[in-house]
Amino acid sequence: MQAIRSVIENFRASEMFHNYRRNASAVAGSGILAFFLFVVVFGPSLVAQNPYDIASLDLLDSYKPPAWMAGGDPRYLLGTDGQGRDILAGIIYGCRISLFIGLSGMFCSSVLGTLLGLLAGYYGGRLDSIIMRIADIQLSFPSMLIALFLMSAFKTGIDKILIALTAVGWVIYARTVRGSTLSEKQKEYVQAAVVAGLPNRKIILRHVLPNVLTPLIVVATIQVGSFILIEASLSFLGVGVPVTKPSLGLLIKNGFDVLFSGLWWTSVFPGAFIMLLVFGINLFGDFLRDELNPRLK
Amino acid sequence: MAGYLIKRILQMMGVLWVVSVVVFVMMSFTGDPTFMMVPLDSTEEEIAQARALLGLDKPFIVQYGIFLGNVLKGDFGRSFVFRQPAMRLIIERMPATMEMVLVAMAIAVVLAIPLGVFAGAYPQRPASRGIMVGSLLGISLPSFWVGMMLIFVLAVRFHLLPSSGRGPTEVFLGMKLSILTADGWRHIILPAVTLSFASLAILLRITRAGMMEVMKQDFIKFARAKGATFGSVLFKHALKNTLIPVVTIFGLQLGDLIAFATITETIFAWPGMGKLLIDSIYMTDRPVIVVYLMFVAFIFVVINFTVDVVYTVIDPRIKLR
Repeated sequence: MQAIRSVIENFRASEMFHNYRRNASAVAGSGILAFFLFVVVFGPSLVAQNPYDIASLDLLDSYKPPAWMAGGDPRYLLGTDGQGRDILAGIIYGCRISLFIGLSGMFCSSVLGTLLGLLAGYYGGRLDSIIMRIADIQLSFPSMLIALFLMSAFKTGIDKILIALTAVGWVIYARTVRGSTLSEKQKEYVQAAVVAGLPNRKIILRHVLPNVLTPLIVVATIQVGSFILIEASLSFLGVGVPVTKPSLGLLIKNGFDVLFSGLWWTSVFPGAFIMLLVFGINLFGDFLRDELNPRLK
Repeated sequence: MAGYLIKRILQMMGVLWVVSVVVFVMMSFTGDPTFMMVPLDSTEEEIAQARALLGLDKPFIVQYGIFLGNVLKGDFGRSFVFRQPAMRLIIERMPATMEMVLVAMAIAVVLAIPLGVFAGAYPQRPASRGIMVGSLLGISLPSFWVGMMLIFVLAVRFHLLPSSGRGPTEVFLGMKLSILTADGWRHIILPAVTLSFASLAILLRITRAGMMEVMKQDFIKFARAKGATFGSVLFKHALKNTLIPVVTIFGLQLGDLIAFATITETIFAWPGMGKLLIDSIYMTDRPVIVVYLMFVAFIFVVINFTVDVVYTVIDPRIKLR
């Protein structure tokens, strides 16, 4: 208990916390993220309908406008879609799927990329040139195109999206980590570990790894946002999540089909939520970038 | 220079070869396209016959060998769906995509550079902070959603602009272009604006970051001290020294725009090569997918090469090696 309290005290007294409180966009960004955390954790218990339980849907309620408009139903705050699904409930469940994909995609790419970067930087030689050559070729293609191409081969599925996102996301970690590993390798503490006879595996994981992680924090934060956008685009094109697990992007696609009939609420609200979510992530990422970049200090 | 060119061309061939292998391997996971080609009531025999006709009964490595041999002869295969050479289909649709991408890029550059210079030169002003928040919002927007909102407000609600198609085109140098007719411009505005959003935001931010670093340097103070006007300091001295990262990002963004054009073209029913790709993905039209990706890879390699050449123009100290 005492230990936890002192950690909190230390954090409250730290420069980072001081800067955070003075930075309006950092506070706004973390506020938005806290809101989404709340939505993702408690949202499903706050809405009456489980949008993917067919028994709870009523076709008579289809295409109801938002509650405050003429013809709106107070049970459906943001209106309903063609199957009588509550848009708000769809958004809440969609946020979970979008965030899950963004976070786990980031996790998989960072683990793979960091590992490859460490190996390339530490061992050098042939392994290094193979990994970096692949990275170079891949970097000359937009990640959206690579992901689209992979998904066109896989068709739909959350697991397949994660594979596609990992395949496009690892490069940036590998390059960053390789660069820092090269410079860490020259430092005395690594050479001391080598002289002390530690096995390479231990040197890499215990000594080099902790010292190359800081620059990755910003990359990882921003990547969650960009992955959410890529996933939304893929789902919009019909090669993303399966229809049984609609993310925010798939909700927008469903809304697009009826947009020309003037049923705007089916696509406006899911899109606004994606925008807010990614905006929050980017605001916070911007703060972290300024905070963790030693050149700006 | 000749040595450099030869080296780059060899590299390009290498990249295109790698792309063709990767694409071919991945496409073999997509399942058997024969079923997309034959009528639903075909017998087993007919299906086998069609498969043999398409060459899909041969082992994978043989299929690839035939493809590569044909490519070297200039034959990129025929679309399963359109029964036309895949390359011709793509080339036919390329001008539509390219004019949209170029108009989008022009919008992005014309707005991003002055705004970025301003935000970098006066980082503390409220207007600069507004620009930065706006650009962050631009990065956070799903571009297809922006397009839909534009369609809803400007086309569905107020009937100001058309929401789909290219409108009338005029033939120029053998290419059909919309930007040569007034009505074509009305059609191109919405897709191009939609496409330009993200690039505008990114170019703006990179310009600002570069400006902020350059403005602190001594040669800027010196230029001011010798009496150069502020405008000339900003655009001649400072901007020129921030151009290298801007041009790099410009090249990358051009690639991104071609990729994202697939989505924009789908929303606006713009008959470009991106829409062709999406349609081919739906119909498992393998030859078109393969040739599209190789063609786009070729465009990217050319863009990268051009960017490298432009570096030497901006900064004569850089040598092509």
